[in-house]
Amino acid sequence: MPFPILSVIVFTPIVAALIILLLPPARKTEVRVTALAAATFALLLSIWVYFSYDVAAGGYQFIEKYTWLPALGISYHAGVDGMNAPLVLLTGVVMFTGVLISWGIDDRPRDFFAFLFILATGVFGVFVSLDLFMLFFFYEIAVFPMYLLISIWGWKETREYAAMKLTLYLFVGSVVSLVGALAMYFTSGLGTFDMIQLEQAGFSTAFQRLWFPFVFMGFAVLGGIFPFHNWSPDGHVAAPTAVSMFHAGVLMKLGAFAALRVGIMLLPEGARFWMPWIILLTLVNVVYGAYIASVQNDFKYVIGFSSVSHMGLVLMGFATLSKNGLLGAGVQMFSHGVMTALFFAVVGMVYDQAHTREIPRLGGFRRVMPVVAIAFIIGGLVSMGMPGFSGFIAEFPIFMGVWETHPWIAIVAAISIVITASYIIRIVGKVFFGNLPEEFQGHVTDVNILDKIALVVLSVILIGLGVYPAIMVPMVESGVEAILRLLGGA
Amino acid sequence: MDFVLDNLLTLILFTPVLAAVVVFLLPRERSSLIKWASFLLSFLPLVFSIILWVNFSSSTPAFQFVQKVAWYAPLNSSYHLGVDGISLTMVLLTTLLTPLAILASFSIQENIKSYMILFFLLELGMLGVFLSLDLLLFFVFWEFGLVPMYFLINQWGSEKGEREIWGGKRIPARTYASFKFMIYTMAGSLGLLLATQMIGVVSGTFDILELYSRWNSLSGNLFGLPIGTVKAIAFWAFTIAFAIKVPIWPFHTWLPDAHTEAPTAGSMILAGVLLKLGAYGFLRLVLPLYPLEAKYYAGALGLLAVLSIIFGAYASYGQTDFKRLVAYSSVNHMGFVVLGIAAAAFAGGTLDANLALNGAVLQMFNHGLSSAGMFFLVGVIYERTHTRNLEDYGGLFPLVPVYGGILLFTSMGSLGLPGLGGFISEFLVVRGAWPIFNLFTALALLGLFFTGAYILKSIKMVLHGPLNEKWVGHLTEINAREIVVITPLMILMLIIGIWPAWILDVINRAVNMLF
Repeated sequence: MPFPILSVIVFTPIVAALIILLLPPARKTEVRVTALAAATFALLLSIWVYFSYDVAAGGYQFIEKYTWLPALGISYHAGVDGMNAPLVLLTGVVMFTGVLISWGIDDRPRDFFAFLFILATGVFGVFVSLDLFMLFFFYEIAVFPMYLLISIWGWKETREYAAMKLTLYLFVGSVVSLVGALAMYFTSGLGTFDMIQLEQAGFSTAFQRLWFPFVFMGFAVLGGIFPFHNWSPDGHVAAPTAVSMFHAGVLMKLGAFAALRVGIMLLPEGARFWMPWIILLTLVNVVYGAYIASVQNDFKYVIGFSSVSHMGLVLMGFATLSKNGLLGAGVQMFSHGVMTALFFAVVGMVYDQAHTREIPRLGGFRRVMPVVAIAFIIGGLVSMGMPGFSGFIAEFPIFMGVWETHPWIAIVAAISIVITASYIIRIVGKVFFGNLPEEFQGHVTDVNILDKIALVVLSVILIGLGVYPAIMVPMVESGVEAILRLLGGA
Repeated sequence: MDFVLDNLLTLILFTPVLAAVVVFLLPRERSSLIKWASFLLSFLPLVFSIILWVNFSSSTPAFQFVQKVAWYAPLNSSYHLGVDGISLTMVLLTTLLTPLAILASFSIQENIKSYMILFFLLELGMLGVFLSLDLLLFFVFWEFGLVPMYFLINQWGSEKGEREIWGGKRIPARTYASFKFMIYTMAGSLGLLLATQMIGVVSGTFDILELYSRWNSLSGNLFGLPIGTVKAIAFWAFTIAFAIKVPIWPFHTWLPDAHTEAPTAGSMILAGVLLKLGAYGFLRLVLPLYPLEAKYYAGALGLLAVLSIIFGAYASYGQTDFKRLVAYSSVNHMGFVVLGIAAAAFAGGTLDANLALNGAVLQMFNHGLSSAGMFFLVGVIYERTHTRNLEDYGGLFPLVPVYGGILLFTSMGSLGLPGLGGFISEFLVVRGAWPIFNLFTALALLGLFFTGAYILKSIKMVLHGPLNEKWVGHLTEINAREIVVITPLMILMLIIGIWPAWILDVINRAVNMLF
């Protein structure tokens, strides 16, 4: 039997969480070191999976399958293809950098890291699931710790409200999807939750058209689709830094990815029927999200709404159902994940020093934390789709896909690029350039070396992918081809 | 040597990045080390482009030194570089002006390391545009060049001055200017971006050489519209993006602000090279990809060019800020480039059109020399007097005779005095455009009257008239470093003015090949 590398990746965080919980709460350093060791281990394994995936062969690789509840047709079935291998890597990266920048958490770090790692297991689990039941299982594991993380360690002003809102939204969404999934299970008559078998179930057109909106929209709530995006900025703002990074960087991809894997891949006919309408919703996401971001005064809300805008592009890429659109969406999931993790890390670092996120009150932070300023600028350039950075590599094919199917939507959506540029420039100018306000002089200091390492890792990924897209694009392309086969070559 | 010749364009393109990395690794405190290292490293691209010039065979009617490697395979976009006479001239201009601009920046005090890194990245962006033979790659470098320029203006721009914005708030002028530059150009490129995507979708490739044939042979309907309509819209999308960069009236309003606020070396590069990117876009993309539309709208383009010439000169005459005066003069001079392009678009293939295009390309080169020189000279006097107001100067010739002589010479080059480069190129444009657009050309010549007027005005107000006593004993003569910066520019202006054949030959073959 080959080494079960995916299972090791999935269960490393939860095992680490158990070890951390066994440590006495006062041994904070040991807790942190354990967390970092586990995160590094998971990151290295996910890098290994990413680079040893055979792009030429394509398809699902590193497959593991164990029957779990044969009576119900449930098995533990894991594997990666070109679409989710980058997402596994993304999770590894965000987990590693998230631990680095959470080093300073002093309020019960033991419980914090334990919950964070349970969340990570859920995320890894969803990404590698090839079984519908297992996917839901991990999906709920990923959502629930979020509630505790936000309501205990979050921003005092809004944490109870935001945690409640986020959790309820996501539970409702997943329940709606679950209903659709059960409908598939019973209608297929195969008696299995195995997605590879369900792909071939041959659901009738009427069935697909009826259930697609439930399944897709239920998951897309977590992807931040308009008009169900409302939980996301509130949740981002209330969450502590590492959780925001996880949340925007990985969790929103969880929703988008599940919408793709369960919605589009299992119900392709339904997708074809509904997508012309769904693309309109995503257009609202893209343009309106950018606009709302541009009028915020709270640094973290700006980034929160920018995520709504960028996730809109991912879903828009899905909605084209074309090769370029899906390719771009796949790359955008990774690129946005890294970028937004970087953004929230920066926001957290500024807030830790300034104790305010009011943009008009900030200024001159370049002088005290130059590395943070450069990292934010790099993230900003990615965000505005500047060529040479990963955002361009991702957004360009999405737009090409939209051109192929709905030309005028491409034209309208492009407005968001200028809006994004304007708010990014405004923040860079207000927060990092200019003069340091008197109230901060002498109080703010540079970030520590761990924070810098985290920022450098994230920045290097964004630039590397932008300059040399071949490092990821062929892999995603192989994944896209599998989806296109299900869509009947459309 | 074979390695160098085989990868010559890549070497030219990426030695600036290498330079940036080296500078990045130098310690921050050693500012003179950083300056000298940057200056010396900036010669690498220049040396390679001289090798390119020497090895370039102007009699071969094709793109040379071509390199092609897959870059973004699923979109059929490749790292495809190549030069013809037009891009060769522009590459030479860029690599020549960069060392001079870096030398001109030696007086910068603050944060010299980041400054130099940004400068090299800027050079990368500009060279990339001139060397790309792939539309996506072209766009990558086109947009990328904005970023370093934005920061150069925003961080090292002139520290004085405020601007009132909406709501009556006052912000530093350089913040205003850099924001306007960025948003204006990005918004302009939006059409270019969309049209690029559309072309990629329709043609299935981004390779410019393949597009020349594929895109032009399309027929039927696209997106439910007749192909002609789609092409006309795409034509305007490209044209507006490039018109903003050139800039053509009425898209020029970012330019006076950006130029005035930029640091001296930034203005040199901005006027010397960045404006040429727009004109180059017309030559490389608009004319070959939209021959019919270009011909159809050539009259409109010609009219805008003439208005740029006249209004540019007129506005320039009206300025009291020396740097702003020079900034508006760019609108005036680039107008001739666009006039030549418009004439060629209208009468493509004729002898007149060829003359006009030759003139336009040579004018791009000449304006690069003279405007960089003028901005530098403005910078020299500003550093000593800390004012750019023409009324504060007066009668400085006796105090700074050498500077005065150099200013006179460079101004004359800018004016188009026979014997200096500007004359040759403007004459060629006018000679070529005359049989095609009589009226426009006549009006453009009228614009030349104002050109003379503003140049004389600046000379008079700076050098002549009653001596402003407060400068006596305070104003020092131009120093050796500054003379080293300006001398190559003056020599080239003179050489092109007296014996233009060496460069026109290269340009002419390329023009013949394209059209």
